[in-house]
Amino acid sequence: MTADLFQGWGTQLFWGTMVTLQVAFLSLLAGLAIGLAVALAKLSSSRFLRAAGDFYTTCVRGTPELLIILLVYFGSTVALSAMLRWIAGPEVYVEIPAMAAGVFALSLVFGAYAAEIFRGAFLAIPPGQIEAAKAFGMSPLTLFVHIRMPLMWRYALPSLGNIWISLIKNTSLISVVGLEELMRVSYLATSVTRSPFHFYLLAAVIYLTLTIINSLIIEWLETRANRGVRRV
Amino acid sequence: MDISLMIESIPRLLEGAVVTLQLLLLTEIIGFVFALPLGILYANGSRGVRAPIYCFVYFFRGTPLLVQIFIVYYGLAQFEFVRESFLWPYLRKPFICALLACALHSAAYTANILRGAIQAVPAGEIEAARACGMSAFQVQRLIVLPIALRLMLPAYSNQAIGMLKGTSLASTITLMELTGVANTIVADTFSPYEIFIMAALIYLSITLVITRCFKFAEYSLSKHQRPLKSSAAIPGQVRHAD
Repeated sequence: MTADLFQGWGTQLFWGTMVTLQVAFLSLLAGLAIGLAVALAKLSSSRFLRAAGDFYTTCVRGTPELLIILLVYFGSTVALSAMLRWIAGPEVYVEIPAMAAGVFALSLVFGAYAAEIFRGAFLAIPPGQIEAAKAFGMSPLTLFVHIRMPLMWRYALPSLGNIWISLIKNTSLISVVGLEELMRVSYLATSVTRSPFHFYLLAAVIYLTLTIINSLIIEWLETRANRGVRRV
Repeated sequence: MDISLMIESIPRLLEGAVVTLQLLLLTEIIGFVFALPLGILYANGSRGVRAPIYCFVYFFRGTPLLVQIFIVYYGLAQFEFVRESFLWPYLRKPFICALLACALHSAAYTANILRGAIQAVPAGEIEAARACGMSAFQVQRLIVLPIALRLMLPAYSNQAIGMLKGTSLASTITLMELTGVANTIVADTFSPYEIFIMAALIYLSITLVITRCFKFAEYSLSKHQRPLKSSAAIPGQVRHAD
C-alpha cells in the first residue's frame, strides 16, 4: 500500500519535507528579528528611520515573492562573482547556495509583514499599562521586556499565525532556483514516474498537513498568551 | 547599475505586464463569480452545504498556489480522458491553466472573506428589514449583500494584491507574463539587478493603482457615514455622528 502510494519516493519526499521545514523555521527566526527591528524603527522618533522602515515594507509587500527570490538568488551570485573577480582574477565564478538565497529572500518578505503586525500591536497596548509600569519606577528596558513585549505578543499572535502559514506555503517557491525541498522532490519524482497528478496531489496533501498542524499550534499559543485575559 | 539597459527593457517588460493584468483581471472576475454563491451558502447554508465548501476553501488556502498551478498544468495531462476530451486544446495552454488555478484559488479566498462580511452585518439591520415585511430573499438581496460587499472591500483589496503577486507564479509554467519576461531578459543579459528591479517597480505601481482604486471605492460607498459638509459651515449646529 505505502510502496504503491509513494512509488519508491517516500524517503526523498520525507527529506524534502524536512528541508521545507528547515527553510521555514530559519526564515521565521530571521524574519521575526527583522520585523521587530523594523517595527521599532517605524515607531522611533527619528524621521530617517521611519522613512527607511516605510520604504522597506512598502517595496517588499508590493513585489511578488518569486521576484524577490529570483532577485536575491541571481543578484547575489552576480555581486559576489564580481567581488571575487576583483580580488582573485577574471576566471572566478561563484554560485550562491539556493538554501541561503531562499532563506534570505523569505526572511525579507516575512520581516516586512511582521514589521507591520508588530507596529500595530505595540500601538494597541493600552496607555494605562505603560503608565502603571512607569509609576512602579520601571526602567525603560524593564518596561520593554516585561510589559511591552508580552502585551504586544498577545495582540500580534493571530496575524503572525497567518503570515507563518503563508511562509510555509511560500517555501515552495524556492524550488524554482533548485533547492531540493518538497516541491522540487515532487517535480523530480514526476519526471521519473510520469505520474504528475499523483505526486503534486501528494505534495499538496503534505503541505495541507503542515498548515493544519501549525494552525493548531498557533491556536494553542493564542490560548496560552491570553490566559490572563478575563472572558465575559 | 546600467541605466540604459533598464530603460531599454521597459517596452518588453510592459508587454509582459499586459499579460499579467489580463490574467489578474480574468482571475478576479471568474473568482468573484464563483465566490458569490459559495460565500452566501458558506454563511447561511445548513451543515451539509457548508462542509464541502469548507473543504474547498481549506484545501485552496492550505496549499501553495504553485502546487495548484502544477496540478492543473502538469497533473491533468496524466489522464487519458483529459487528453482525449474536447477541452484538451485549451488545457494545454499555460494561460488557461494558470487562469483556472488562480481563479479557483481566488474563489476560495474571496468566499471566505464574503462569509466573514455577511456574518458581520449588524443584526439590527436584518431585524429592521424583516419588520418592514421583506421576504428572506429580499433581506439578502437588498440589505445583507450590499452591506457585506461594502464591509469586505478592505480584505478584498488585500486579496487582489496577493493575487497580483500570485500571477507571477504563472512564469513557472512558461507563461510570458511580467516575471517570465524579466527572467528571459536576465538569462540573455545576465544583469539581474537592473531587470528584476525594473520589474519590481512595475509591480509596485500596479499595487499602488489597485490600492487607490479600492480606497476610492470605499470612500464613495460610505457617503452615508461621512459628516454632512454643509453642517460644518453652520456655527452652533451639532454635527451628525454616523
